[in-house]
Amino acid sequence: MAEVGFQNVTKIFGKVAAVDDVTLDVRDGEFVVLLGPSGCGKTTLLRCLAGLERVDAGRIEIGGRDATDLPPRKRRIAMVFQSYAVFPHMRVYDNVAFGLKMQKESKATIEERVGSAASLLHIEDFLDRYPAQLSGGQRQRVAVARAIATRADVLLMDEPLSNLDALLRMEMRAELKSLLQKLEATTIYVTHDQVEALSMGDRIAVMNAGRIVQVDTPLAVYDRPLDTFVGGFIGTPPMNFVHATVALDDGRPVARLGGGTVPLREDARAHVGREVVLGIRAESIEVETQPADGAVAATVVVVEPLGSHNLLTVRAGDNLVKVSVRPDLFPAPESELWLRIAPDRIRWMDSDGGGALGEEAEDLARSREATLALAQDASTALS
Amino acid sequence: MTARAVLPRVGLHLAAIVLALWVLVPIYFITLSAFSTQESVYQYPKQLLPRDLSTETMRFFLDSEGIVPSLQRSVIVAGLTLLIALGLGAPTGYALARFAFRGADSFRLAIVSTRAFPIVILSIPLAVTFLRWGIDDSVYGVAFAHAALALPFAVLVTSSVFSGISVELEEAAMTLGCSRASAVARVVMPLALPGLAAAAIFVFIISWNEVFAASILTLRNRTLPAQVLAVLNASPLPFRFAGGFFLLAPSLLVIFVIRKYLFNMWGRVVK
Amino acid sequence: MAAVAQPAAAERRAKRGQGLPYWLVLPTLAYLALFFAWPTVQAFGLAFREDGNWTFDAFRTMKDDLRFGEAVKVTLLLIAVIVPVQFALAVAMALLVNARLRVRGLFLYVFLLPLAISDLAAGIVWASIFTERGYLNTILEKLHLIDTPVIWLNPQKLSLLLMAIVVAEIWRSTALIMIILVAGLQSIPKEFNEAAEVFGAGFWQRLRTVTLPMLKPSIQVALLLRIILAFEVFATVIAIAGEGTTVLAAEAYRWENTNMDENVAAAYASLILVLSVVSAALVLRLLRTKKEQLLR
Repeated sequence: MAEVGFQNVTKIFGKVAAVDDVTLDVRDGEFVVLLGPSGCGKTTLLRCLAGLERVDAGRIEIGGRDATDLPPRKRRIAMVFQSYAVFPHMRVYDNVAFGLKMQKESKATIEERVGSAASLLHIEDFLDRYPAQLSGGQRQRVAVARAIATRADVLLMDEPLSNLDALLRMEMRAELKSLLQKLEATTIYVTHDQVEALSMGDRIAVMNAGRIVQVDTPLAVYDRPLDTFVGGFIGTPPMNFVHATVALDDGRPVARLGGGTVPLREDARAHVGREVVLGIRAESIEVETQPADGAVAATVVVVEPLGSHNLLTVRAGDNLVKVSVRPDLFPAPESELWLRIAPDRIRWMDSDGGGALGEEAEDLARSREATLALAQDASTALS
Repeated sequence: MTARAVLPRVGLHLAAIVLALWVLVPIYFITLSAFSTQESVYQYPKQLLPRDLSTETMRFFLDSEGIVPSLQRSVIVAGLTLLIALGLGAPTGYALARFAFRGADSFRLAIVSTRAFPIVILSIPLAVTFLRWGIDDSVYGVAFAHAALALPFAVLVTSSVFSGISVELEEAAMTLGCSRASAVARVVMPLALPGLAAAAIFVFIISWNEVFAASILTLRNRTLPAQVLAVLNASPLPFRFAGGFFLLAPSLLVIFVIRKYLFNMWGRVVK
Repeated sequence: MAAVAQPAAAERRAKRGQGLPYWLVLPTLAYLALFFAWPTVQAFGLAFREDGNWTFDAFRTMKDDLRFGEAVKVTLLLIAVIVPVQFALAVAMALLVNARLRVRGLFLYVFLLPLAISDLAAGIVWASIFTERGYLNTILEKLHLIDTPVIWLNPQKLSLLLMAIVVAEIWRSTALIMIILVAGLQSIPKEFNEAAEVFGAGFWQRLRTVTLPMLKPSIQVALLLRIILAFEVFATVIAIAGEGTTVLAAEAYRWENTNMDENVAAAYASLILVLSVVSAALVLRLLRTKKEQLLR
């Protein structure tokens, strides 16, 4: 297993930079998820790491060696493709053994490694079959077994679960996570599904338009998104973004929305008079059926029962807000509710830039700059 | 099922049968003639049912001067054509399928537009050129001409065969330790083989059937169609009928063997 | 940003390994240049030159030849008759093949048989049917439709000869048109026809308003191919008509092989090429599908 480093990696297709000056460090044994909408460059970045695409600028390091100019076969990586790419003309056994055969391992080693990979993925019974005789889920396991059998330094996964149906996907997610934890494999995992990212990764690198917007633990990305893009992308439902103005009420900082005021933390004082966007998670809002102090009035638009909770869409002033409530609360459409929001659950965003405000956010911004500076020092030192 | 529902189906089946007979009956007749006695070839009215079958007519044909050598030459020419057309065409087809290189579209357009060039306009200058090169009236000359004819077809068909094989299979092999060449050999070729084989067989038949260029480019060392054509109108009926059957027979076999691939071949070549 | 050393290294990296597709394409390109492009140029050279001088002599000889007029007339006539009939037949066959009948595979095989049959063989086959002592007369007599055998392949009656050639050509090459149309039909999602049916369109209406318009690109390709092949028609004519009539390609053959005059043969070849290209351009223009109409 090895660590991976991207330094100022850029990949251009035609006139567009699919990957735009990306720097990222992955520690030995870490599970990093590249998350983003389609077209954000995550798959391209992965393919650059694999050597399937040549970078136009920057460096790639694998296990301390400069791998930028190496062909895929010399990089000591293993990859699971979105379509599995299981060789249809070979039996499952030969598929799993393929990488080992290319490494010219002895027959005994091959048998042993194939056997252990097969048992880890529960495909021992299929070794003699052809891929065409297997279901999609089984083929996916073969693809994973083939990758781990090689004991490569880095495991690359390109949306391996996206072709499975929802139920199977959930099962495989857990299985995969447990397997990779057991193997302690350095893994780079690409997905557009934020649920997968949150549930599996040690860290998530959220990408948009070729750049990494935020790299952090799942909890941090969920609770403290750096901008409205990350907040809106992560979480089901996405974070609510409510337009408000910071003002003083009775000497205390509040946010004025259409339906009322919401108390803010003390450090909001610095931003009085500013138009901000408040980021609030649906489950962070409490609902009262009677008017209350410090709660904002809202009208119910839609009630969606989801089994474990109900998702309400309400209108507060000009804002449409999603609120998570107990499963037995069924307010009628057009009825009135009052929303209570705890100040420390609010994430403030700058109205135009979408970047986070507030003391905490400033800390984060400073740390981001620090990381960038480090990276620059590193690249100048090495070249 | 109501009568209204059944009738159209019955009508369709009938139409299909009529059209099938339209194709099969003439083939049946020529086969009948080829396998009858020489006498019955001249007979009138003709026997419509197989009676008195004999290989007389066929033997007469095969024994006719120049036929067996021309048969051999046709096989050689078709074989050479196959080697050249696929040997050059398959790598090119692979390049077109896998790489989006500059000029790929114009190249493809150029390949497709070669269809507009009749064999007539190629053969005549080639006859002159081959004379200069010393390969006139030889199997090599004809093979070169046939390969020129078949090459665009080979490029387009192999290109679509390779396109049909997911590039991720190659990439997977490359991440597992193969160079590109090794990945192609181990993963792509086994999967491409049926399509390539079908293309090869079709190229063979194209060459086997080709008569104009073969007639222009050869004099004494003719291929089978050229030979048959040259003596056709001076030959007796048995010769003609047996010749017709002989030219036809391989085609029947070929179509049967590659019928599954024909759609993919022509369907995609045409795009 | 990154240090100065980067651009040079990146450029070197980009250049290496980019050459592969060109190496794979080069042999084909070279071969086609040598055995396709160059002979075409040469053909025009032969047609327009005689002993090193630029001249129209070859064309004049061609035009003044007694058989020229007939060759042109017959070639064009054949095209005018064969193409429409063949297309109608091919559409019918394509629709049948698409219509999920039982033993569809068998019908498919049979319909496709002529694809691999050479024009010479097809000519011989139909000559055996149309010949005076042939199968057609046998059948007609058995059905008591005629008393004495009809001379179908009568050199004096051009219309009968042409009819025989038309039948042979249609028999042989409809399979090609059919297969192109079938491929086109299969690429039309069946939802379009189903929607039309739900909205009340009958079979012929659907054919006219949904199927045929969506088939236009395939029809265009098939038409292109067929017309170009039609200008090359050769062995069928010789097999059926012998010396009874002639077409452009046959004349080219005769001038090259019998008369040993490659200049006039080249003149014929050039004429065939020009006619092919002009027809191709016409077809492309007339059957153009507007980009906006294509559903991508």
